[in-house]
Amino acid sequence: MIRVQQEDFDIGAEIVRLKAGRSGIGAIVAFVGTVRDQAGDVEEMALEHYPGMTEAELQRIEAEACARWQLQACLIVHRTGTLRPSDNIVLVVTASEHREAAFRSAEFLMDYLKTRAPFWKRESGPQGSRWVEADSRDVAASGRWNKHAAE
Amino acid sequence: MSTRLLYFAWVKEKIGVAAEEVDIPSHVTTVAELMTWLKTRGPEFDHAFARSEVIKAAIDQAHVRHDAAIGAAREIAFFPPVTGG
Repeated sequence: MIRVQQEDFDIGAEIVRLKAGRSGIGAIVAFVGTVRDQAGDVEEMALEHYPGMTEAELQRIEAEACARWQLQACLIVHRTGTLRPSDNIVLVVTASEHREAAFRSAEFLMDYLKTRAPFWKRESGPQGSRWVEADSRDVAASGRWNKHAAE
Repeated sequence: MSTRLLYFAWVKEKIGVAAEEVDIPSHVTTVAELMTWLKTRGPEFDHAFARSEVIKAAIDQAHVRHDAAIGAAREIAFFPPVTGG
């Protein structure tokens, strides 16, 4: 399941909902991405996205994870709008019978989301605002899953 | 037939509009050709697409490469590399 929303999410409540009625789950992995203010100059982070394509792309990414691993459940929640340092941005939860599928698929989902889901971050602070630039390490992280598939 | 063009993040800021309906000339058949043609529509477009190699594109809400054919696209979007998550 995927959701794009302005409001915050409650990780505990999301996991309770995900587990409900699924007794085959033996492992749950949750990843939360938050707003970072490394240099102390970020007051706000605005998250723009492409409504329609965002949901379509997150669904494609989720379907890809479900095709690669045996998952009992999967959840992606991504926030949009104006956030502040330490606010939650994204939640990925994966559930499987054994831990390996949950760990690996959670990492895969984040790597793919980082390079494919149409979101753009703009940081603002005392020195003005700037669009966050894409990180080449994210592209490399996403690419390694193709390598695995080819092996 | 007109096509809906969408712009996001700094591409949108440089152009000054988020969306428009455009009649694409028949000689423009790929995403790369569309960017080249858009650059001729004014200084703001020339500025936005100056480094067109870094700009990403989507046709009907799916990622495509610059050599992709426009075909019967209803919606084409241009944006910088994504930075979500």
